[in-house]
Amino acid sequence: MSNTLKIENLQASVEGTEILKGLSLEVPKGEVHAIMGPNGSGKSTLSKVLAGHEDYEVTAGSALMDGVDLLGMEIDERSRAGFFLAFQYPHEIPGVSNANFLRAALQARLPKGEEIDAVAFYKDMYAKMDELEMDRKFTGRSVNEGFSGGEKKRNEILQMMMLEPKYAVLDETDSGLDIDALKVVAQGVNAMRSPERGMLVITHYQRLLDYIVPDVVHVMFDGKIVKSGGKDLALELEEKGYDWVKEELAAA
Amino acid sequence: MSDQATLDAVNIADTGDFSYPEDYKHDAGTGLNEGVLDYISDIKKEADWVRDFRKRALKVFNDKPMPTHWASKDLENIVFQNIRYYLAKGQTPTRSWDEVPDDVKETFERLGIPEKERKFLAGVEAQFDSEAAYSNVKEELTKEGVVFVNSTEGLREHPEIFRKWFGKVIPTGDNKFSALNSAVFSGGSFIYVPPGVKVKHPLQAYFRINAENFGQFERTLIIVDEGAEVTYMEGCTAPKFETATLHSAVVELVAMKDAKIQYITVQNWSNNVFNLVTKRGIAHENAEIRWIDCNIGSRLTMKYPGVIMKGRKARGEVISIALANDGQHQDTGAKMIHAADETTSNVIAKSISVGTGRSTYRGQVHIPKHLKGCKNNTECDALLINTNSRTDTYPAITVKGNQHATQHEASVSQVSEDQIFYMKQRGLNEAEAMSLSVNGFINDLAREFPMEYSVELKRLIDLQMEGSVG
Repeated sequence: MSNTLKIENLQASVEGTEILKGLSLEVPKGEVHAIMGPNGSGKSTLSKVLAGHEDYEVTAGSALMDGVDLLGMEIDERSRAGFFLAFQYPHEIPGVSNANFLRAALQARLPKGEEIDAVAFYKDMYAKMDELEMDRKFTGRSVNEGFSGGEKKRNEILQMMMLEPKYAVLDETDSGLDIDALKVVAQGVNAMRSPERGMLVITHYQRLLDYIVPDVVHVMFDGKIVKSGGKDLALELEEKGYDWVKEELAAA
Repeated sequence: MSDQATLDAVNIADTGDFSYPEDYKHDAGTGLNEGVLDYISDIKKEADWVRDFRKRALKVFNDKPMPTHWASKDLENIVFQNIRYYLAKGQTPTRSWDEVPDDVKETFERLGIPEKERKFLAGVEAQFDSEAAYSNVKEELTKEGVVFVNSTEGLREHPEIFRKWFGKVIPTGDNKFSALNSAVFSGGSFIYVPPGVKVKHPLQAYFRINAENFGQFERTLIIVDEGAEVTYMEGCTAPKFETATLHSAVVELVAMKDAKIQYITVQNWSNNVFNLVTKRGIAHENAEIRWIDCNIGSRLTMKYPGVIMKGRKARGEVISIALANDGQHQDTGAKMIHAADETTSNVIAKSISVGTGRSTYRGQVHIPKHLKGCKNNTECDALLINTNSRTDTYPAITVKGNQHATQHEASVSQVSEDQIFYMKQRGLNEAEAMSLSVNGFINDLAREFPMEYSVELKRLIDLQMEGSVG
């Protein structure tokens, strides 16, 4: 069994428009990769296709998680198998408390008939909330309802920490965060770095990568990865702008 | 019947979806006529006034048309002559749990009524078909003078308490189904709480239907005297049958000056039951009546709990949750009749329609011109699960005079696909995600239920949502 999230020649479209045009990418366990790219390059589409959103149709290619066909699984199966997506715009669930939601998600991972240990659950959740500097009151509030942008993103990271996925995709987690919140979120992500976990951080700005230092940076443009490199590539992009990549592509 | 056959009859996995072999000592046969009423009166050894009450009611029932000019045409599918109006095990209510027949105990077991719950509940009156199979009032309640009996015993042994109000809150002729109930009623609870007695624990009754084509017509009357308080809880589930079953109860509440009554129902009828219930209370000066009503299942439910606020500063409240699944129609609501100054009423109704399920809110608020300082608040929210689900709202608010405050809010929402996607991404399957959404929608109302009922409610919703996704 290979310890890697391997995406090959992935093509996907929404309402007949092709967005992903043969994307290939590999994130081994133990590494953090970043995807950068201009608006409209298909970054968020990639995250939704991997999670299994029904609006997107996969027309070709594959995505294997530790050798298992990710695209052949239901949305919830992917999650339980260890795939996590931190949403760019997390949805509200009115009337359902954060604690109950997390509990339901963890319960869904247990064999039938087995009950979650409530005491251990709360202990674990409070410890992780402390790491993310979240108020205890937060557990009783409805999921994402009336949350500020920063609170929503922290909540995504808390969910990731509680569910302990094998692979996590963070879709523009930095958007809507002030610098303090960004640091806290980055701290949470860094705490999740592990030889047992691969992470893919999607971002529009280099700023986040000051705090979450990636092993590999990929540049995405027009539905494909067009350039990959070390963490310095992000700095280069920041300096020269995306036009530099576009020009390079046009010249090639 | 052989043991194997008994076993086979009960060995069906779905809760509420099973029945026991019929073994009834008394059976009035099918159809409705004076002979049936005499049969019931004879068995119950009823006083002549009760016998006459039944016979007058039968005439009213026969004269009244079906209310199909405003209600569902589905009512026309009830064939009254095919229904059995009285069945009983022929036993008197037992005072100890040991005396309860085993198959009745098994029924409760299958319904998941926990053993320990019985211990802390003050008194349990569980109706199995027509007669109470189990009746136990804790000693301290008896000492305090609380009367908790079935309707037969109430009318026979305590007419001095109950006769005054019996059939007065809901007159026989109120509607066709209250007339039917008045003619053939059996079972139900009669409760009297003396002045100043605050019953600490909720009184409870479980009942279910267990014979094909058998209508259940329980009759409940609760009188709470000055400054006294009581909470009554009923839960109903019924096994599934091929042909329609009729349930038509009448529940009357009387709250004297400064008294408080809370009446809680969690109901899960099988989807072939016509559930046509009349529930109403009279609140005297500064008294409070709260109906907390949860309707799940049935083919058609028509139920509009009401409060007549007869004394100054009386308060009425209806909190209602309805879930209409495929092919079901929940036609529920509230009636708030303000009949004195400074009376206050509050209605909060939430409905969920799943698949082709249809939920209807019908609310009546009446505040006449000569009164002062009355308030009504009505909120009704509907949640539609599928695109073919349906909801309707018919508020009838009559407020005359300008010294009152009323407000009415209604909303319709839908579970969004993105919300479900989000939950699935966290590992919940479709049914679990739906169930969580629905539970979230009613969460603020579910809190009004006692803990063990809100747990049961959640379990019922889980079961409903499991069946609703393919």
